[in-house]
Amino acid sequence: MNHLLRTLAPISDSSWELLDREARTRLTAVLAARKLVDFAGPHGWEHSATNLGRTTTVEPALVDGLTAMQRKVLPLIELRADFAIRLSELRDHDRGSPDADLGELDQAAHRIAVAESIVVLHGWPEIGMAGITEASPHPAQPLGADPESYPRAVAAAVELLLQNGVGGPYALALGSEHYTLVIETAEHGGYPLRDHLRKILNGPVVWSPGVKGAVALSLRGGDFLSESGQDFAIGYDRHDADAVHLYLEESFSFIVATPEAAVPLSP
Amino acid sequence: MGFDQYHEPPDELPAATRTFARLCASLTEEAEAIGWYEQRLAVEADAEAAAIMRDAQGEEFKHFSMDLEFLLRKTPAWREIAKGVLFQPGDIVEHGEEAEAEVNAGDASSGDADTAGSLAIGSLKEAVR
Repeated sequence: MNHLLRTLAPISDSSWELLDREARTRLTAVLAARKLVDFAGPHGWEHSATNLGRTTTVEPALVDGLTAMQRKVLPLIELRADFAIRLSELRDHDRGSPDADLGELDQAAHRIAVAESIVVLHGWPEIGMAGITEASPHPAQPLGADPESYPRAVAAAVELLLQNGVGGPYALALGSEHYTLVIETAEHGGYPLRDHLRKILNGPVVWSPGVKGAVALSLRGGDFLSESGQDFAIGYDRHDADAVHLYLEESFSFIVATPEAAVPLSP
Repeated sequence: MGFDQYHEPPDELPAATRTFARLCASLTEEAEAIGWYEQRLAVEADAEAAAIMRDAQGEEFKHFSMDLEFLLRKTPAWREIAKGVLFQPGDIVEHGEEAEAEVNAGDASSGDADTAGSLAIGSLKEAVR
């Protein structure tokens, strides 16, 4: 048994499969950052920090004629989203019910996936993790109120990336409201706006809940690095007569290696 | 170019499964190459030619190991069984049976068990390209 304590939960193998499958489906739809940045690992729950390859000089050294340097690392962040499932729902599933109520699991999956995207796209200053938009040296390109102005803004962002020697293909991470506008909109002549944006980018337009505005970034690799300790997993907390209390958990760090490889677009 | 690694219609397979299948095919090819070099080395009389083939076989060892590690990272149950079998002294078959039984019982206490219970989502970058 590992730290997730899954074997202590009053959950059958079939119900664990149901919960894992549901979580995987929900997370995969919302995990925008995993569709945009490099992913390394998972290196395990014990993995606590990412090597930055940098040092700070320790002064004064303990004795004369000595230099001392301390390695710099970026500690991983643990994210956890708690939820509860009624035991009666799992029992019904074991009997063959096709419509178990997993609403709390779905909400927890959404919360934790959005949080991961926010950390990667906008950073988390309190824990010393810089996000893509905050690290970018480029001025934010105004997206404009009218979705038909998006192609011009995205083309300007792509040109800015090219001028800085950042090759493609590129992707556009769009916050929920802007994404909805894009898929609702057809330009003059009926050409879907989403397809137009994909042609400009030579890459995908990614639904990114939690993202403010939008971000155009390169997908060439090596620019944005997410390091996973533990990939998403469901763990067991406790249970009572009515419900089992579980949680979704992951640990990871994020580093922007090439700040100029992304251009923020302001709402 | 052949697409023999797919046993189901590729269009119906998720991108992650297609990548998994490609690496499985690559693993097979590396293992075959290791076997071929082993045979060639067994019959080669020219020392210089043998040295080149030994060096080439070393490359295949590396490729096979990298392919295997990728696949194990994506497959927690396989990884747990591999942990019980690989680099363990003693009876290989016995270790295999024990590792399989532990995974089937949901008991991963023999390894560090970091990936037991993992949803193994990993990167989704290829899925949207």
